[in-house]
Amino acid sequence: MHQLQPNPSTSSGQAPSTSPEQAEAQASAATAKRGRAIVLTSGKGGVGKTTTAANLGTALARRGASVVLIDADVGLRNLDIVLGLESRVQHHLLDVLEERASIDDALVADKHSEKLFLLAAAQSREKDEVETAKMQALVSRLCERFDYVLIDSPAGIELGFKNAVAGADEAIVICTPEVAAVRDVDRVVGLLGNRFKPQLIINRLRPHLVRRGKMLSVDDVNGILRLPLLGVIADEPEIIVTTNRGEPLALQTHTATGAAYHAIAARVAGEDVPAPMPAAAKPSFAERLSAFFGGKRR
Amino acid sequence: MIEFLKRLFGQPGSSATAKERLRLVLMTDHLELAPEMIEKMKRDLVDVISRFVEVDRDRIDVTFERQDATLAMLANIPILSVNRPNGNGTHKPAEQPAPLPEASAAAGASAASSSAKASNTKPPVRKRRRRKKSQRAAPAPAT
Amino acid sequence: MSARRIVITSGKGGVGKTTTTANLGATLAKQGKRVILIDADIGLRNLDLVLGLEKRIVFDLVEVAEGRCQLRQALIKDKRFDSLAILPAAQTREKDAISPSQFASIVELAAETADYVLIDSPAGIETGFRNAVAGANEAIVVTTPEVSAIRDADRVIGKISAAGKPIRLIVNRLRPEMVRSGDMLSVEDVCDVLSVELLGIIPDDEEIIDTTNRGEPVVLGDGNRLGVIYQKIARRLEGELVPFTTFDNQSLLGRLMGALKTG
Repeated sequence: MHQLQPNPSTSSGQAPSTSPEQAEAQASAATAKRGRAIVLTSGKGGVGKTTTAANLGTALARRGASVVLIDADVGLRNLDIVLGLESRVQHHLLDVLEERASIDDALVADKHSEKLFLLAAAQSREKDEVETAKMQALVSRLCERFDYVLIDSPAGIELGFKNAVAGADEAIVICTPEVAAVRDVDRVVGLLGNRFKPQLIINRLRPHLVRRGKMLSVDDVNGILRLPLLGVIADEPEIIVTTNRGEPLALQTHTATGAAYHAIAARVAGEDVPAPMPAAAKPSFAERLSAFFGGKRR
Repeated sequence: MIEFLKRLFGQPGSSATAKERLRLVLMTDHLELAPEMIEKMKRDLVDVISRFVEVDRDRIDVTFERQDATLAMLANIPILSVNRPNGNGTHKPAEQPAPLPEASAAAGASAASSSAKASNTKPPVRKRRRRKKSQRAAPAPAT
Repeated sequence: MSARRIVITSGKGGVGKTTTTANLGATLAKQGKRVILIDADIGLRNLDLVLGLEKRIVFDLVEVAEGRCQLRQALIKDKRFDSLAILPAAQTREKDAISPSQFASIVELAAETADYVLIDSPAGIETGFRNAVAGANEAIVVTTPEVSAIRDADRVIGKISAAGKPIRLIVNRLRPEMVRSGDMLSVEDVCDVLSVELLGIIPDDEEIIDTTNRGEPVVLGDGNRLGVIYQKIARRLEGELVPFTTFDNQSLLGRLMGALKTG
């Protein structure tokens, strides 16, 4: 498979007929006022792409940036659920691409952050109905209006992934500390190549398992992937609760995980803050007890 | 500590919210209709039924279920009075089932059957699944 | 006699399809059944990793489809279970490297020498999913008790039942303590929403992370609780009526401990 190329239309801000050299020149000239189109992807499913998109979008909007989240998972949309906006969705991505609805008709305003908007995926359509060129053009238009266009990619590396990537010019890859997830991210990074400047978020870390040697550590994961690390998010039951309620954890800045998303947002925005790491929780009494008796396993 | 007490005494959690949200979202997924359109359909449906009987608009419960390959709309519409205000009530003795308002919904592509259940004073019963037996239109109690 | 051909799928990724395929396959093999596992996730294969067989791959699914090797040459026998073999996916190819009819005929071929062919479907509902379903005559849908996983499962159930194939459900990663505190949907809630027959309930267990790291199915060891649960699922697949394990016998003391642990 060939490496994918970043969005030619956002890079040039013009018709794709522009030569690559011109495109580069115009891109650097236009960078100052153009929004950033970032795809969130992972290869493996269920590692937290959608949760990360919702939380990063919320955190960026709280910083005062205007943000639009695009759910590119046509047929299996979920970003509306995680944001609690499922009952407000009237039009979707394919309505806009096929010009049955305007961008403004289709954008759903978030409940909590006034600078955050969602463009939902179509639920009853198929991924191969998305035209790559139209997707690129749409992302370009959104980049004229928003500071950030975050594209939530579907799992896998099929057409849905390619369309999600097609509109972007940067990538954030999400990985969990599991062998299968690391292997899949490695594959996706290979497909993306360096032009998307992929950065890494490690999700679902369980520090107590890392301490007991039962889970890959941050260094283990990034020793293999070797990507700029945006931050590490701990595995918290709280995430399930926030999805149940449709309220991203980033709204709760007083929680450790909420604060971690805000730190990641600051880093995405270019601030020089340290990458958030889950506090290495103290060993529990039971753990100390089992360590004392040399217990290997439960 | 408050969190601890909440856990100990089992404060209502988020799963109830989750279930309600799922119910709505799957309903709209199956119908391929926006929630607003479903509300409009409910209103129109009740308007039609109201031409024949007086219904309790506040306690109407309309749900959609998938049964095998088809989708069914289940409407629980409490009837306040079978006698219409302008007197078109031709209801029969209690032994014989009264003809029930049978609203056939053509909602979505596959909405198949609909059943309107009449009850007199009881609030709408919200039994969701395993209701196949009771789906036959229940006899309307005489008022 | 031809084997049962079962696809294991979910819509949403990361809910435990591959782990379930590996462990259910190993359990059936332990019970003396001849089992072939097929990884249908071309481009993102992982079944080999979960079973620790990644170093032994010579040929793959696409090479079999293209006639570059025999099916039996591509099958990797799992030495820990006499009658378990896997057919790995190709890693550097795309899902459309194989057509649904090609996939179905490979499954058919595998079915001649096995009692069970379990097909590990990729996430999503694109080509890879369609291939995996094309080869099967029954389906197991895996979900977790989370809103987005259930919504995706519902979508997949709609597609498979439109193809007229029977479906059964496994609810994975249940956290009984969260169900009790009202912060997780219960198995009843999930079944209520999806209305398909329940095949199994698997609790969230950190042991799975550890065993996957080591490439050993969790059912390898004897007497662990997940092993018992997979045995029950395997027996239900065989048609036996086996009561479901309940996780909700919780005393006040247990609740106190739970609150202390999570609080």
